[in-house]
Amino acid sequence: MASENVMHANGHGAGAHADYLDSTKGLWSWLTTVDHKRIGLMYLWSVVFFMITGGLLALLIRLELLTPGPTIMDAELYNRAFTLHGAIMTFLVIIPGIPAALGNFILPLLLGAKDVAFPRLNLTSYYIYVVGALMALSTLILGGVDTGWTFYTPYSSTTGGGVSMMVLAAFVLGFSSIFTGVNFIATIHKMRAPGMGWFELPLFAWGMYATALIQILATPVLGITLLLLVMERVLSVGIFDPNLGGDPVLFQHFFWFYSHPAVYIMILPAMAIISEVIPVFSKKTIFGYKAIAFSSVAIALLGFLVWAHHMFTAGMSLFAGAIFSFITFFIAVPSAIKVFNWIATMWRGSISMKAPMIHAINFLLIFTIGGLTGLFLAALSTDVHLHDTYFVVAHFHYVMAGSNMIALLAGLHYWWPKMFGRMYNERMAAIAAALIFIGFNATFLPQFLMGSRGMPRRYYNYLEQFQELHVLSTIGSWILAFGLFMCLAVLLASLRGKKGVASNPWGGKTLEWEALSPPITHNFEDTPVLVHGPYDYRPQPVPVVVEREQGVTH
Amino acid sequence: MSQSTTVPSQDHHEHAHPPGLQHHFIDMRQQFEASKIGMWLFLVTEVLLFGGLFVGYGIMHSKHPEAFIAAHTHLDWRLGALNTIVLLVSSFTMVMGVWAAQTGQKKKLIGYLTTTFLLAGAFMVVKYIEYSHKFHEGLLPGKFYAHQGDTVPGQFMFFSFYFMMTGLHGIHVLLGMVAIAWLIWRAQKGHFSSQYYGPVDMVGLYWHLVDLIWIYLFPLMYLLT
Ligand code: HEM
Ligand SMILES: [Cu+2]
Repeated sequence: MASENVMHANGHGAGAHADYLDSTKGLWSWLTTVDHKRIGLMYLWSVVFFMITGGLLALLIRLELLTPGPTIMDAELYNRAFTLHGAIMTFLVIIPGIPAALGNFILPLLLGAKDVAFPRLNLTSYYIYVVGALMALSTLILGGVDTGWTFYTPYSSTTGGGVSMMVLAAFVLGFSSIFTGVNFIATIHKMRAPGMGWFELPLFAWGMYATALIQILATPVLGITLLLLVMERVLSVGIFDPNLGGDPVLFQHFFWFYSHPAVYIMILPAMAIISEVIPVFSKKTIFGYKAIAFSSVAIALLGFLVWAHHMFTAGMSLFAGAIFSFITFFIAVPSAIKVFNWIATMWRGSISMKAPMIHAINFLLIFTIGGLTGLFLAALSTDVHLHDTYFVVAHFHYVMAGSNMIALLAGLHYWWPKMFGRMYNERMAAIAAALIFIGFNATFLPQFLMGSRGMPRRYYNYLEQFQELHVLSTIGSWILAFGLFMCLAVLLASLRGKKGVASNPWGGKTLEWEALSPPITHNFEDTPVLVHGPYDYRPQPVPVVVEREQGVTH
Repeated sequence: MSQSTTVPSQDHHEHAHPPGLQHHFIDMRQQFEASKIGMWLFLVTEVLLFGGLFVGYGIMHSKHPEAFIAAHTHLDWRLGALNTIVLLVSSFTMVMGVWAAQTGQKKKLIGYLTTTFLLAGAFMVVKYIEYSHKFHEGLLPGKFYAHQGDTVPGQFMFFSFYFMMTGLHGIHVLLGMVAIAWLIWRAQKGHFSSQYYGPVDMVGLYWHLVDLIWIYLFPLMYLLT
């Protein structure tokens, strides 16, 4: 470590060189921090809190479906429960999860920067998130929301309850997401360590870049759509109301123009984490760096051209349907490219099955199933049968819940020692990972079967013939919940120990591993300079020293 | 650590930062370029936000062309044109303000910013006159529409869009006025110099966008044929 013996007296206060967890004390110092690492942690704990909230709702929903007819709730309550579950999980957990929590923490470290480009904007985005979250929760006392997380008109513009509040909450949360995106793009453009060209950028950063692009280009459209919906409810402006000369399907177009790209806001960060974890635990250079990097950007841009595949049955010309179907098939290509690259990276690597790697491999399996089933839905003829069935529910849980959450766990286990300076119990973490995998598949595989046999989504009641599969799915949800709680417990238990993990426990090659564990407030004592690529596992590295004049000194 | 080096910087933290430089940036240039990127991205989101409204307006207009054309005759294009000129001039004074900041002329900077602020205020006054006239006649959005004696039905939808779009734009003008007032206050305190004028530049960009949006709104609403 070149840096420990360099001490500085300076005007930044004594805390500036202590580790970021201890540099200043007290709740207030956290609430007013502009340190990207602390903001990342505040996001992390908030996301965990909402994941538990949304997860408990999911358990209730599954419990209701244990038997046909009312089990623990009536139809009204069921509708409210799955709407709140969907809204919390989408807007409060999955969208901010990886970028705002892990990304905030890791991105500047990966780039060798002291912070993100706009630290105060970063903190602002966190508080906007909190406000949006409180607004979303307040719908509970406003009578609940029963529209589903997609808020389709004309139902959403006519039903009662807290719809306007929930929609405004999603609107507010959009700003938080936009601010994170703006911050990340400016950071990646301008804050890279000297010597780090675009193709020395770790793939996590490429993934964050592509994600941020979508956040910036798609979220405003959602924002205005939601605002129009609120206006429709408050003023009856007419745009979505057929009685007033409007067009309810227009809402769906607007909504999916955001929300299809938004599904890539959820998956690109997951892929970004996997691209870091797999080479490190295979001790091999990533296969096809540029293919992975460019496929992220390709996904981000193509993602804007396929929204109408959610609307094949909403009434559109066959010609339009065929085009959207074709482009949707096309977008599976860059995703598949990534999967093949990850597998090629593992091929003949010396793989160590540590917890992060176990999660990464679980991700590969689950994402493959989720992606392939997307193709059934992309095909017009099959989608007519599968649309609005449990097949769709299973598909999007494989890609959103499964892939995104498991990648988040992979990243959390991978960077945990960096974040807290402590190591968790490896064996227990591995067992939890296995339980999560089993529980997840037990919950959602049966749903593909049910869906293909005609079980519609968003119903609290069903025909007797589906009960076996529903019971299986409900039992699966208990295993999954147990696995997740065990995972959380294992991670939290590690915090009771003393700090003392080496700065690079996994032998990673990216810059965050050159910082101390946990890092100091300014991340690095001195600006690091890049001398090798991010995945350089050649036995004898031939350092490619890239020197740059400007920016080397502080 | 064989894989990378760090650059030992002798004067690390010993020197004073230039005024206005935040400590996580290496130098003024990096800071300026980063905030420029951030600002442009923000403007992109603004364009998309309004873009959604423009698309919605376009679709509804094509569905109900007669109603929209009949409704727009209730607007006074002369007031709209006046406001267009006001905003155009304010964009010009803003440009001059940025120039004054870049060349470190404090007095001129404050002068130009104040003029811009006053022009923005004038815009809002004209808008107020227009709005209160509409309210008076019952030309209100959605279900509050109460205008008497229409021959073409369905004009309320035009006014839904009129109020949503000019209202959102008006909010942007007000926010711009807050930002300009903040600049004036900082300029008076002597914060800006030819080395550090980023905020003036950024607010300037924002202001031009607000102006630009109006330039699209004006023909769309007032000059419909
Ligand atoms: C491999 C590429 C993918 C393809 C070809 C694909 C295709 C589709 C299609 C055609 C539908 C509409 C089905 C219907 O409503 O009838 C759909 C639904 C959905 N997909 Fe995907 N998908 C892919 C990846 C993803 C990813 C990565 C995510 C999220 C991380 C995702 C999330 C969703 C969601 C949330 C829905 C349903 C939304 C709702 O109706 O509530 N998909 N997918
Ligand atoms: Cu989609």
